[in-house]
Amino acid sequence: MAKTYFTTDHEWIRVEGDIATVGITDYAQEQLGDLVFVELPEAGKALSRGDTAVVVESVKAASDVYAPVDGEIVEANQTLSSDPALVNSAATGDGWLWKMKLADTGQLDGLLDEAGYKAHIG
Amino acid sequence: MTGENNLKSLPLEDLHKAAGARFGGFAGWSMPLTYPLGVMKEHQHTREHAGLFDISHMKLFEVSGDDAAKLLARACPFTPEALAIEQSKYTFFLNDKAGIIDDLIVTRLRLDRYLVVANAGNAETDEQHLRSLAEDMSVEIKPLDRVFLAIQGPHASAALARIGVLTESLKFMTGADRMLGSFISRSGYTGEDGFEIALPEEKAHSFVAELLKDPRVQWIGLAARDSLRLEAGLCLHGQDITPDTNPVEAGLMWAIPKDIRASGSFIGADALRAVIERGAQRKRVGLKPEGRQPVRAGAALFGADGNPAGEVTSGGFGPSAGHPVAMGYVSTPLAKAGTSLFADVRGTKIPMEISPLPFTPHRYHKG
Repeated sequence: MAKTYFTTDHEWIRVEGDIATVGITDYAQEQLGDLVFVELPEAGKALSRGDTAVVVESVKAASDVYAPVDGEIVEANQTLSSDPALVNSAATGDGWLWKMKLADTGQLDGLLDEAGYKAHIG
Repeated sequence: MTGENNLKSLPLEDLHKAAGARFGGFAGWSMPLTYPLGVMKEHQHTREHAGLFDISHMKLFEVSGDDAAKLLARACPFTPEALAIEQSKYTFFLNDKAGIIDDLIVTRLRLDRYLVVANAGNAETDEQHLRSLAEDMSVEIKPLDRVFLAIQGPHASAALARIGVLTESLKFMTGADRMLGSFISRSGYTGEDGFEIALPEEKAHSFVAELLKDPRVQWIGLAARDSLRLEAGLCLHGQDITPDTNPVEAGLMWAIPKDIRASGSFIGADALRAVIERGAQRKRVGLKPEGRQPVRAGAALFGADGNPAGEVTSGGFGPSAGHPVAMGYVSTPLAKAGTSLFADVRGTKIPMEISPLPFTPHRYHKG
């Protein structure tokens, strides 16, 4: 069964087995405003926790989205190349950013659950 | 986010909060960045209908007295006495190297009275500069406390007419203070027909409430103000023009009358003549990135040969243009429409083409 984690950087991580799907929260997309470009990573790229995985660009500014845990990119959401606004309209669904193979599922223990995230954004 | 870092609050902040604005700091002020409509729709609403902007962070100075024209002729490269009453002029304060201290709009209100509209971030510098030049002159420099609003877009004139503000007699770049304490000019920072209106705070609440009853009028935040002005090819002081850029390289010589270039005794006149003589090393140009990725201020530019070519000073996405838009400075030999360049964005080379400005045509009401 899939379990969803959150970070204080406003990402969500949905984990099934050792594959995590990562996106930004609805709160984050609202803060960023209309997205016009998403710089996606190549499959196979290895990331350490805290590395920039994706850059989301709004009309006004570019913002980094960090790898919440160590792992390797298995897929980026290519739909966002032609429709970056999908992140605004469906941040926690079709607007996911990338999927990664987890290097160490133990790192998930350090992340927030939904209640913890809600408390974080107040 | 309001109230932090000692940011100043706009007089109408309660109205922006009630409208659901998201705030951010700009030039020492807590400003509405976006409203619930969102930057993209706010931008398009302004181009299609009428956008209402709170620009009370900008500073108005009234310069009056026997030496008012003399003071402005010293500070700015134009001839104040040559302005007709109610005529406005885009001009600058220049330093002695002909660098741009600030860009301004000056309107002649009476024979011996001018209104100067200055940028928020430069207001203190501008006031000190004017006062130091005015030391031995018979002139009064009076900062005005006003709510300052811009209403911009093809329906701006009709929306004002609906609430009894008739604007037929105003052409682009004219302005008047026919009502006590209020000032209206036909100008703006979007490339659209529109108006800038200064009025005392006690009159502003009802004025805004009346305007917003019209569905053609929507609050527009600073984010869309920036994308609108960038599409219109208009400079942001502090980014596209600074005390280290001169009007020649900035492509703003249209604002300096020919006779003044030759004979004017404004501050920076000699330096400006020297720049004209030897030519500018670099020029401000429009830049169109290929593809969808915005190229933003600070990105380094390279020629097709890989050599450094210049730098982007403003960049983002143009909602009306439908593609990323930017401007910046490139070395003069490259400054021709169609020249191919590359911008470095986080290590990736993005192809760019030098593009004529503006990206969206101006639609001023020239009468």
